[in-house]
Formats: sequence, C-alpha cells, structure tokens
Amino acid sequence: MNPLTGYLLVAALLFAIGLAGALTRRNAILVLIGIELMLNAANLNLIAFWRYGPHPEALTGMMFAIFSIAVAAAEAAVGLGLVISIHRHAHTTDLDAMNRMKG
Amino acid sequence: MFETLDQIFVLLRHWLVGFLPAAWQPAISVVLSVAVIVGLFPALFALTVLLERKGLGRIQNRIGPNRVGPFGILQPVADGIKSLTKEDIVPTSADGVVHFLAPVVLVVAVFLGFAVLPMGRNMTLVNMDASLLFYFAIGASTELSVFMAGWSSRNKYSLLGAMRAVAQMISYEVPLLLSSVAVVMISGSLSLNKIVEAQNQYTWGLPHWYIFTPWGFAGFVLYAIATTAETNRSPFDLPEGESELVAGYFTEYSGFKFALFFLGEYLAMFSISGLGTTLFLGGWSAPFSFLGWVPSWIWFFGKLLVSMCVFIWIRGTLPRLRQDQLMNFAWKFVLPLTMLNLFDAALWHFLGDGWARWVVCSAILAVAYVGMAWVGMRTKHFGARSYRYAE
Amino acid sequence: MSFVFYLLAALTIAGGLAAVLLKNTVHCALSLTVAFAGLALLYLELDAQFAGFAQILVYIGAVAILVVFAILLTKGSETPKDGVYSKNWFVGLVIAAGVFAVLGWAVLQSAAVLPHQTGPAPTVTVLQIGNALMGRYVLPLEIVALLLTAALIGAVIVAMHEKESAK
Repeated sequence: MNPLTGYLLVAALLFAIGLAGALTRRNAILVLIGIELMLNAANLNLIAFWRYGPHPEALTGMMFAIFSIAVAAAEAAVGLGLVISIHRHAHTTDLDAMNRMKG
Repeated sequence: MFETLDQIFVLLRHWLVGFLPAAWQPAISVVLSVAVIVGLFPALFALTVLLERKGLGRIQNRIGPNRVGPFGILQPVADGIKSLTKEDIVPTSADGVVHFLAPVVLVVAVFLGFAVLPMGRNMTLVNMDASLLFYFAIGASTELSVFMAGWSSRNKYSLLGAMRAVAQMISYEVPLLLSSVAVVMISGSLSLNKIVEAQNQYTWGLPHWYIFTPWGFAGFVLYAIATTAETNRSPFDLPEGESELVAGYFTEYSGFKFALFFLGEYLAMFSISGLGTTLFLGGWSAPFSFLGWVPSWIWFFGKLLVSMCVFIWIRGTLPRLRQDQLMNFAWKFVLPLTMLNLFDAALWHFLGDGWARWVVCSAILAVAYVGMAWVGMRTKHFGARSYRYAE
Repeated sequence: MSFVFYLLAALTIAGGLAAVLLKNTVHCALSLTVAFAGLALLYLELDAQFAGFAQILVYIGAVAILVVFAILLTKGSETPKDGVYSKNWFVGLVIAAGVFAVLGWAVLQSAAVLPHQTGPAPTVTVLQIGNALMGRYVLPLEIVALLLTAALIGAVIVAMHEKESAK
C-alpha cells in the first residue's frame, strides 16, 4: 500500500466520523464540530495529493488548502454566531426541539 | 580568540557529540541543546523572580525579601521547596484530566517557542524558513490552556478570570502579529535568523536595528504593549489581579501545578521578549561596530534581562486597567496605529535612502498618535495631579 | 508506511472519535483541538510546512477558541437530561458508514493507478507563496478578504444583543 492510499483512507475515515457526528448529535455546536472535521479531512486529501501527485504546478495544492482553511474559519465564525443567536431566542441548542418553523 | 568565545557553545556541543557513533549524532545533538534550554531558562526564571520581588519592593519604598541568604539571594530556592512540598489540592467537582493537563499544555507550548529564537550567532535550535509563523502558531495555543485551567476548576471566579484572560489575549494577538509583519515586510523573510542578519549591519558605527527607524520605534512600542497584554502582566493583569478575582484562572491550583503556571507565565515573558529583541533590537548583534568582539550570546541575554527589568519597572509604576478600558485600548487605539505603522513601513521602503523618508515617516506617526490621543481624551476630564509620599 | 504516520493517524482519528462521541461538550471541543493538532503534524509529515503552521494558527488558535466560547455562552457545559444523541442516530450512523465504505472502496480500487511520487516533496518556500498570492492568486486573495470581512460583520450582527425598542 503506497503512502498516498494511507493518507486518503485516514481522510475518508475522518470525513465519515465528522459526518456521523453532524448527523447524530443533538447539540447544534457539535454539528458544527462535525462539519469542521469534514472540512479538515478534505484539506488532508488536498495536501496528500499535493505531496504525492505529479507536479505540473507546484503551488496549486498548497494554495487550495490554505484558502480552504481561511474559508472554513469564516464559516465557523458565522455558524457559531447563528447558534448563539438561536440560543438567545429559544433558550436551548437542542436541535430535536427546534423542529418547527414557527418562531 | 573572541571568535572561539562567541561560538563556544556550538564548539562544545560539537566536541561532546563527537564521542558518539555517527548515526546517533544528529539526535543527541538536538537532545543536548534541548536539555540546555530546559535547564537554562528555568534558572533565569529563578533569578527573575528574585529580581522582581526585590525590584518591586524598592519601587514601592520597601526592601524585598532579605531573610533567606545574604540580601535574599536564596529566596528562589525557598520558593521552589515550598511549591514542591505543598499539598496538591484538586476540588472534588473539578474535571480531573483537564485540570491536570492545563499547566502541562502551557509549559510545553511555551518551551516549544524557544526552539526558534536565535540566541547567538549559529545558536538557533531549529532553523526554519517560516520560524516566525511557527512561533506565533505555538503562542496561540497558550490561550487554550488558560481556558482549560479556568473551566476545569468549576469555580465562578476561575471561569470569569479565564474568559477575561482569553478575550484579552485574542484582542492583543492581532496588534502583536501586525507589528511583527512590518518587520517581516522590510527584511523580506519570515526566518528569524535572516531578520537578525538584516539588522547586523553598521553605518558610521551605528547599527541598523529596526528600533532606530520611525516605524520600528512605533512598532516596538506597540509590540511591547501587546506583549504586556499577552502575558497578562500589569497593567493588563486584571485576569489574575489578586484584589479582583482571588487569583483568576488559577485559583484552584496549589503546589507544583501553581508553580508550573508561574513558570509558564515567566517563560512566556522571556520567550516573547526574546522575540521582540530579535525583531526590533537586533537580536544578538552588538550596539556599536567596535563592540563586535563581545560574544553574541552575551548581547542577546543582556537585552533579554533589560526587557525583564522594564517589565518589572512598568509593573511597579502603572495602575491596572479595567477590562473594558483594556479592550477599548486594543481595538480602538493600538490596532489602527499598528495598521498605520504597516503603511508607514511600506512608505519607508519606497521612499528610498535619504533624509526625506525620516521626516515623512516620523511626521505621519506623530500626527496620527497625537490626533488619536486628542480624539480619545476629549471625553475624559481629570482633576489636578496629587502626590503622596511615604513618611 | 512509517511509524510516525501510523502514530499521527491514530492520534487524529482518536481525537475525531472523541469529539463526536463524548457526552460533555467542552471535552468534545478539546478533543477536536487534539484532532486539529494531529492533522497539523500530518501536514508537517507531508512536508507542507506553511499549511501545518497555518493549521495550528487558524484552527487551534482561533476556531477551537471560538467553539469553546460558543459552548460557554450557550450554557452547553451542562449535561442535557435526555441523552446527547438524537432520536434517529442509527440512520445517521448507517449513512456515515455507507459514505466511508464508498470512499474506501474507491481509494482501494484505484490504488494501482494513483500517482505515487516517492521522490522529495516540491519545495515551496514562503517567498513563492507570497509571490503567488500577489501574482497569480490575487483575485482569490481579494475575494477571501471580502469574504472574511463579510463573515466578521455578519457574525457580529447576528450574535449582537438586539437593541430594546424604545418604549
């Protein structure tokens, strides 16, 4: 098994773990934690291919990963702001309790 | 002869490692350097604790500790024995694992920062292309340990202290990074070794340290303010102020863990003033070209000790800032000035050599500082200043 | 496959598992930090120095603290009364397992045709990254700057206390 396969499998496993977390937990913040894990798994994929792939253009993979990190940070900020705002309104972060559109 | 003295630690390490088989040499060489750092900086910490207590005492018109040893020199030994033998109390409702790990994470993160400081010519432990980025990345991890300490104690005061401390540290992180970016811009590299090399040149005997330029001077002052806030030193020590919050986020720590927090805080001070020395004060380079024969590591540690004395001096002199004053100061004064400093550094580079750039850059910074201070002080009214002396 | 890779992969997966399985929300956030650290070390193992340090600086230094603050501000550190998993947790688990099965099968099937350059990593210095950001990638850079500004302003507005309407 070559190294690239190892890294891709780790990334796939991390992605699946993040997806499981996002789908099964009740707390909204834990869903966001799952989403962050998925984004990180995708980043690992990018860097692994940058390292072990052919290199017509040595920078693209690294730049893609760096931009992905920046965008993920912005998305985490907005997501957590939303969670805080919802908590202020509904006094809970339990997603099972928020199953109606009526506010 | 002076060259040998300058490189004496490098040569010593090379000689010691020469006794071992070649396969082991790189690893043992690194282990040796790490052991020296882990031994040296806590020793400096003991010295600084003594210096601080005596110095603060004198500023406050009293003698510091003077019972243990002549002039209290053995006080750090007594402190060490005390903290090692005190009972380690962990509250029953505290979160055991996190409570234990918080000081460990702090000390590990702070020791990692020492790896990239150039302590002398060829005396950097790890020479990386992006060492400044590594240093700031590791420094950002210390905030997490502060939070862990405050939360795991399950104590209102600890949590409040921890949230205040983390808010303060992240607010001042941005000016810290931006004032260093001006140095990176002018010297053209993120590597701390190259930054020191760029400052190691002399014109008419005077060095090219960045503090002697208008943007460097403003940058150094802003960096010093951000540093004092990052390490929770007075006047920014509200999170650990004894009169406010018992002891802030380390209320529930006693014995060796408290000593580790204390050690971590002082080591962070050393590390970050070492970085400030490297960025603005020329690192290991001598102040005048005719003093170049003095070994480089003496200059580095001398500048470090001078920074420590300035920290202690400021602690004894200025009153503590309130949390909202502190945050206002960060976001509304220090951050805009830091961004202006960045622009000023760029202007310095593009105006080329000559006296014109000195005048223009200094004028921009002076006008901005005076203008912002005037705007900020318009709403504040102070009474007449009064003094009180001890009898 | 080196020992370091196995160790770091185990650390990252353990951190990820703990982050989604633990009951206490703050413990989950701290395990997420361990997962981030493991990933940063994996990037360093892959010779991607800048990405590794940026991962530590952004994720551990900012996103983890953001998550922790959000947990504290929404009183998430109190353990909920009726369990931490939602009613349909089994379906979620099956979906995640299915996704992993598909991805794993795809990776293992194509193992023969995957590129495996075992030569040295491409040397990417910070100077090259800086030149690229100011040259070829200046448009994405500006867009990310706009995005971050919009996200910052948006998050502040969304999370701000609404002003009391004048009575």
